[in-house]
Amino acid sequence: MLNFVDSVQDAVAGIKDGSTVMIGGFGNAGQPFELIDALLDCGATDLTVVNNNAGQGEQGLALLIKEGRVKKMICSFPRQSDSWHFDAKYKAGEIELELVPQGNLAERIRAAGAGIGGFFTPTGYGTMLAEGKETRFLDGKWQVFETPIHADVALVKALKADGKGNLVYRKTARNFGPIMAAAAKHTIVQVSDIVPTGGLDPENVVTPGIYVNSIVKVAGSGSAAEKVA
Amino acid sequence: MSLTETSLKTSETPLGRDDLAKLVARDIAPGSFVNLGIGQPTLVSNYLTEEQNITLHTENGMLGMGPEAKGDQIDGDLINAGKIPVTELPGASYFHHADSFAIMRGGHLDICVLGAFQVSATGDLANWHTGAPGAIPAVGGAMDLATGAKDVFVMMTLLTREGASKIVDACSYPITGVGCVTRAYTDKAVFLIGPDGVSVRETFGCTLEELQDLVPVPLKAAPAAG
Repeated sequence: MLNFVDSVQDAVAGIKDGSTVMIGGFGNAGQPFELIDALLDCGATDLTVVNNNAGQGEQGLALLIKEGRVKKMICSFPRQSDSWHFDAKYKAGEIELELVPQGNLAERIRAAGAGIGGFFTPTGYGTMLAEGKETRFLDGKWQVFETPIHADVALVKALKADGKGNLVYRKTARNFGPIMAAAAKHTIVQVSDIVPTGGLDPENVVTPGIYVNSIVKVAGSGSAAEKVA
Repeated sequence: MSLTETSLKTSETPLGRDDLAKLVARDIAPGSFVNLGIGQPTLVSNYLTEEQNITLHTENGMLGMGPEAKGDQIDGDLINAGKIPVTELPGASYFHHADSFAIMRGGHLDICVLGAFQVSATGDLANWHTGAPGAIPAVGGAMDLATGAKDVFVMMTLLTREGASKIVDACSYPITGVGCVTRAYTDKAVFLIGPDGVSVRETFGCTLEELQDLVPVPLKAAPAAG
């Protein structure tokens, strides 16, 4: 069931303590800052968060971590020059980290959305990130078994939605949006524009509306340009 | 074995970072699809020519990446894997993360160029984690690049600050991929890594014998035009 909601607060109101939340974005591109701010305000805690990174600077996911709402991060690249809130929590033993090679992260999310129970991949074979995992020699290579990552909720940023919830994105801000939208039980999308049904060329729809549950319009969230500085 | 071979020396001095980037750029076949890792490998893009018609992939979801964006070209929605604002070239395409890594994991990229802490004699790569106690591990796309591209080129200085060779018998740092590196471009030599071991295509500022004194794995001269 697709809902158009009036505010980011209403959009995230149903997120419960202990949820697994996928958050789109690679760095700041595609990060749904306004939805994350609303999640912070709504008080949900004990969260497992799936994102490529573990927050940058003093905004978005970094603040959620700073405020102690995140018990576990599933990500590929937590350590950055400005990831000080994650670094501090990690060193204090206050946050759990599941480190996943970036392509495995993407494919495990995709697998969840596609109903795939797991897959074998050469990525990570022979490394410490594959320790304890099942391996098989397939297709001429040693491969490692990886399982899907499901989520209760996905927070995604797209450029535009139409009345059916179909989405288009903008440039490299697309990143994890389409696969997270499919992998979560409940997908919440912030867009900078909502157009009437029929206003998007069906040939160019990136995420079909079937994957989308809630849409909220956030003025001026179409570009991350202002977040770069 | 031809350890007395001296004609491999193509430069009287070790190569600087830019000269090394120029050499890597020259070695990339026309029409290739290439991923340049973060850091030193990014310099290679400065020396790719229009005639080479190289398409650059960035794993956050783009083919046809152009040079770094400057001034009012900067758009926060258009960044590379190092999160640096970049530009798009005519013919560029965008795709989601699973598709972007399928491009990599599916063996569609011709070459990736990566930095490294160590490369073993059998092509094992260590470039993601020092394994130091307390270090926060971060892997990103390194393991996918190492196992997915048809050729994995490494760019690095040959020696650590302490003078130890980064070409090693077996990696002491945690590895990124097994038997994946095909070439190592260093300031002192270009190493080709294959089933027959490690051979040297050219040296910079040293002879093959002098190089062998620095590197703890057996080296041989590569056949000409290797």
